[in-house]
Amino acid sequence: MENTKIKVEHLNLYYGQNHALKDVTMDIYENKVTAFIGPSGCGKSTFLKTLNRMNDLIENVKIDGLVELDDENIYDKKVDTTLLRKKVGMVFQQPNPFPMSIYDNVAYGPRLHGIKDKKRLDEIVTNSLKGAALYDEVKDDLKKSALSLSGGQQQRLCIARALAVEPEVILMDEPTSALDPISTLKIEDLMEDLKKKYTVIIVTHNMQQATRIADYTAFFLVGEMVEYGKTRDLFATPQDKRTEDYITGRFG
Amino acid sequence: MNKVLSIMINSKTKSRVEKTAEWIFKICALFALIAVVMMTGYMIYSGTPALLKVGIKEILFSNVWNPSAANPQYGILNIIFTSIVGSAGAILIGVPIGVLTAVYLSEVASSQMAKIVKPAVELLAGIPSVVYGLIGILLINPVMYKLELFFFKNDPTHQFTGGCNLLSAIIILAIMILPTVINISESAIRSVPKHLKSGSLALGGSQIQTIFKVILPAAKTGILSAIVLGVGRAIGEAMAIVLVSGNSVNLPLPFNSVRFLTTAIVSEMSYATGTHRQVLFTIGLVLFIFIMIINIILTKIIKSGDDQHA
Amino acid sequence: MHNSIYDKRVRISDNVIRVLIYLSAFVSVAILVGIIGLVVIKGAPHLSWQLISTVSSSAKNTFGILGNIVNTLYIIVITLLIVTPLGVGGAVYLNEYAKGGKLVRAIEFTIETLSGIPSIIFGLFGMVFFGTVLKLGFSILTGALTLALMVLPIITSSTQVALKSVPESYRAGATGMGATKWYMIRTIILPSAMPGIITGIILGIGRIIGESAALLFTAGSSYYLVNDFFGHIFKPGGTLTIQLYLSMTKARYDQAFAVALVLIILVFVLNRITHIIANRMNKEKG
Repeated sequence: MENTKIKVEHLNLYYGQNHALKDVTMDIYENKVTAFIGPSGCGKSTFLKTLNRMNDLIENVKIDGLVELDDENIYDKKVDTTLLRKKVGMVFQQPNPFPMSIYDNVAYGPRLHGIKDKKRLDEIVTNSLKGAALYDEVKDDLKKSALSLSGGQQQRLCIARALAVEPEVILMDEPTSALDPISTLKIEDLMEDLKKKYTVIIVTHNMQQATRIADYTAFFLVGEMVEYGKTRDLFATPQDKRTEDYITGRFG
Repeated sequence: MNKVLSIMINSKTKSRVEKTAEWIFKICALFALIAVVMMTGYMIYSGTPALLKVGIKEILFSNVWNPSAANPQYGILNIIFTSIVGSAGAILIGVPIGVLTAVYLSEVASSQMAKIVKPAVELLAGIPSVVYGLIGILLINPVMYKLELFFFKNDPTHQFTGGCNLLSAIIILAIMILPTVINISESAIRSVPKHLKSGSLALGGSQIQTIFKVILPAAKTGILSAIVLGVGRAIGEAMAIVLVSGNSVNLPLPFNSVRFLTTAIVSEMSYATGTHRQVLFTIGLVLFIFIMIINIILTKIIKSGDDQHA
Repeated sequence: MHNSIYDKRVRISDNVIRVLIYLSAFVSVAILVGIIGLVVIKGAPHLSWQLISTVSSSAKNTFGILGNIVNTLYIIVITLLIVTPLGVGGAVYLNEYAKGGKLVRAIEFTIETLSGIPSIIFGLFGMVFFGTVLKLGFSILTGALTLALMVLPIITSSTQVALKSVPESYRAGATGMGATKWYMIRTIILPSAMPGIITGIILGIGRIIGESAALLFTAGSSYYLVNDFFGHIFKPGGTLTIQLYLSMTKARYDQAFAVALVLIILVFVLNRITHIIANRMNKEKG
């Protein structure tokens, strides 16, 4: 039995005149990895960002429809976006560690949310780094600048940083597209672990990645969600001709 | 033979023109260098005689300034202190307002509001310093005089200044450094990569937390440059403060009538002669040295910023 | 156990800082509005045709700034005649010919130094070097030479910025067609950089109009009209800004505000012109 974590109904998004998301309706399930695939410009990243309201930062964006997280409408006036984003963490395409030490990067979020106790912070930093499978590599130089890490390590640091605020959902926007194959593998391995505690939603341009790590997959095309289902089903027996064309490499 | 277009001959005549052009441009470029070397030379040349004649200790480390007395004394320590305290005061007031305005322009304001505030700041930079002085005399000095009456009414030792005091000068200087601080801080803030901002917001940071914990720290090289340039501007300003600061040599206390390095030169150069005039050049040299130190600090800051990004 | 996203938290410190940010921006704008407002209110009643078309006369007890306007124009023209070729030429060398190295770094350092030196120091140097050593005395020429040093970094950096924004493809294109460097600079690079150079010149004019400390001891403060067109440059002459300062020292604030208003109008006009050029440049680019 799957529990619905996020419920999206008739979601439309406009950038000025451009209708970027068209009537998206879907349920995203708790403790699963859900992948969004599709050719670039299909709206999958835009859709991801509506789930933690990062689109609010862009001028001229208009959104209608319903997005519910644990039965709470995230676009309701009562919503505190900082609480929303604490609950729905995000990892970006380009690793974006802050120009400070590894420790301070991970402790940044907890400190924002008022944790000052040194012991507590140490504990959170250690656990988060372990959770992102980075701890063993950096445990001896937590004071080192985060910018001195390799690209793959930086991305895992960003995952650790996201874990440190104890989110319930983690959004990942093509988290491995800027990384080498080995780093990519490490992050893919992490997914199995992450979904035990979190609901993971990942945007990827790499279909194989979706088949390897995702329980559910949604296929997007020019702002429309074409098909959504268990990853196995979607790839084995696509219901829509366009999905089949995309999977078999006829476009995209 | 002559009719054949030869690339050899062509290149020879051309290369003469080319070389001349390059040399002319090079000489133009060297002018800045020559100017600075000559200015440095002349500042030292005209500033040192008094030091040798009167004595370094008697000029730099004495606070008795009495150039027209029968037994003249040329101590400029109070004048140096005034310039330092005045600039520090201007920075203390001007930098917070300037940096916060820069934050407003780059992070908070809607694009319509930014379109109003930004040109206003530019215009502020273009207003001649004498006009600031005029405003100071008619607006700030009267207010200061009221404050002075309020604070020192019953103080028999206070020398009344009519509001022409250090505080008036500091306020004028603070206003004058605003455009410098705002413009440089703003471009520093704007050049902070956007992904740092989204990183912080995505962790549940509020806009204000993001600005103060991520954006400003990342822009610190630029903001530091803005502050140092502001110091340079404040310490070098003369005409805006010469008529509002009272112009007598005193310890730099807020309600004292004071004289700055710059205003000492402006107010006395027209009539000073002999040793007195030479001492004014020494004051010029001291100011020049301050400016050079500020310049070197600035270059160091910018360089350290470049190293960080590399 | 369920973390609601609905219980909006009020962050007092955020709100305090937000208020401070708005307050600072307000103060910055209010200062400008206050200054301009005061100058307009106090200056406008004294602005008249007589003010800008006559020279002060103690016999008739009138105040006029025609002499100062003429002096200001003289100084602007002479300064620019000296500094524009030097500044543009220097920038061309730094951007098109020089290939790094110690000399270039030294030149760039000195240009920055020059832009940080206070005008009073320029005044001292101009007085001693141009006035005494070169025996030009208190004259418009001494003032203009002094200001040329001051404006040099402005012209050089504006030109450098403009040259840097000329697309590399223009250079490649011209060189590829066999154009020599000087030909390429003359026909392609300088024309494309022209708006930037003009902006630099206008900024320079703004600086000259506003300058006072560097002129007080170099060009002096005379406000008479001189009939001899060329001879005038060897005579002392005070600009508008110097006249404003003199009126202030005599506590003639009516005169001072009238001159201040004229100055602010000039500054405003120059500021608009740079904006128009900048907008046009942006449009061409994209």
